[in-house]
Amino acid sequence: MRWLALALALLPPVLLPLPAMAVESIVAGLSQNRVSITADFDGSEILVYGAVKRNAPAPEGPIEVIITVEGPSTPVTIRKKDRRAGIWINTEAVEVDAAPSFYAVATTGPLRQVLSETEDLRHRITLPRVIRAVGAATEDGGPDDFIDAMQRIRQAESRYMVLQGAVEFTEQTLFRSDIVLPANLTEGEYRVRIFLTREGRVVDAQDRVVGVRKEGLERLLFNLSREQPLIYGLLSLVMAAGAGWAASAGFAVLRR
Amino acid sequence: MQLYLPIAEVSVNAFLLLGLGGIVGFLSGMFGVGGGFLITPLLFFIGVPPAVAVATGANQVVASSVSGVLAQMRRKAVDFRMGTVLLVGGMAGSSVGIAVFQWMTRLGQVDLFVQLSYVLFLGLIGAMMLQESLRAWFRSQQGGPVRRSHVHTWVHGLPLKMKFRASGLYISVLPPLGVGALVGFLAAIMGVGGGFVMVPAMIYLLGMPTKVVVGTSLFQIIFVTAFTTLMHAVTSQTVDILLALLLITGGVIGAQIGTTIGVRLKAEQLRILLALLVLAVAIKIALDLLIRPTELYSVMPGVLP
Repeated sequence: MRWLALALALLPPVLLPLPAMAVESIVAGLSQNRVSITADFDGSEILVYGAVKRNAPAPEGPIEVIITVEGPSTPVTIRKKDRRAGIWINTEAVEVDAAPSFYAVATTGPLRQVLSETEDLRHRITLPRVIRAVGAATEDGGPDDFIDAMQRIRQAESRYMVLQGAVEFTEQTLFRSDIVLPANLTEGEYRVRIFLTREGRVVDAQDRVVGVRKEGLERLLFNLSREQPLIYGLLSLVMAAGAGWAASAGFAVLRR
Repeated sequence: MQLYLPIAEVSVNAFLLLGLGGIVGFLSGMFGVGGGFLITPLLFFIGVPPAVAVATGANQVVASSVSGVLAQMRRKAVDFRMGTVLLVGGMAGSSVGIAVFQWMTRLGQVDLFVQLSYVLFLGLIGAMMLQESLRAWFRSQQGGPVRRSHVHTWVHGLPLKMKFRASGLYISVLPPLGVGALVGFLAAIMGVGGGFVMVPAMIYLLGMPTKVVVGTSLFQIIFVTAFTTLMHAVTSQTVDILLALLLITGGVIGAQIGTTIGVRLKAEQLRILLALLVLAVAIKIALDLLIRPTELYSVMPGVLP
């Protein structure tokens, strides 16, 4: 075993894709690993924190941290309006097979500095990379414009967030960042990734999962609508008719 | 107070929804229109996904219509027989309409078709009503001779005559059946209950007195929208019961107030106001089509059908 360890240690670093033996690695935690959506749910926050563990003195140059949170992916249709015969109508549409319903990337510094292009390609960290990686857009009519538009629209809705410099980093060792989850959250598994980079190269990476689930009344109603749609529909109608009657009866009493 | 909606999957202000429901219910009770053509765009605006907005809007209209009909029933202003005949025609018309809608969806221009038919019908009906009701109003101001509520035409020579006592009509069932079918057809295509088409059609085409029109239209709308709600709940599962509950609570109260005020207004005034409302919606949609939108792109979850 000792020989094996020695042999591994002597190998050039290129042959060591796993950073397990690297000088620096991440020790990380999350404030919560599940988010419950209840009736009064109004957004939530995940605190991602941790430290850089070193087996040896740190090499030259600053080390950086990148944290990403990715929501479940759904198919998306992006449409574009154009002027035809004087009126604005939807003309073209591009379908993306899977686009994350939520994506946040937080860093210790400007993304261009803390992450190289090749590492971004490999790990799919920045927003354009994530969307292009999962969504195979069609070729005709410049789908790039459509993808850019989706990014723009979803950033305006706080569904996609680029938070450069939002990771607090103390003494090149302790880091923490609050990621705000918006109120219009989709149910599912949210993947949290933490990267450690030096000179744009990823030194270590970790994966965590946060489960977002509807609870209580929300869960009950959602399940009913999916499992017993007819009963759910009839229930909606009974409620509507009942409320209509109650208001009418109530006002009749008031008028007397 | 923020509330998370289980089906729409958005968090919205509960009081805002109560208020929206109240305004739409008010108009509904006053004019006998279901209000679907108002509630759906308003829900889009506050971020509810379109499919949920359409389905839940239908559910809300059921409640405000029930409330409105009950209020009108106390005034004996609901012609059940006429309502039933219109409904039979409406069912036939809407099944044809749904088929046409699916055909247009396949062609991919359904949005444009819906918007254009909105502008065309709302604009036409609004303008006609406004012109007629203004003239009637001026005449009543001058104290001139009152025009007969309806004139005898070829319509009255048709067979299968039936007595509609509440409306004071003795006409063939064919015109109401036809009107019902036309409205059902348009309602299915435009995704609304059709009250704003039904009300003018009842006044001008069938010659019904304005006071029974509101109640009878609402009576008919209950069934059309109840059917729509159930279809949406079963096929696309987009009815949000929590959203509906809030809209309904506001809506039924609004409908009662609307009915009370509607009763105090003169028939011509009621028609002028409805005409203005219909025209306003038509102009708004027309402007949306003509003015360059600030964001050319739109993102919709899900794949095109």
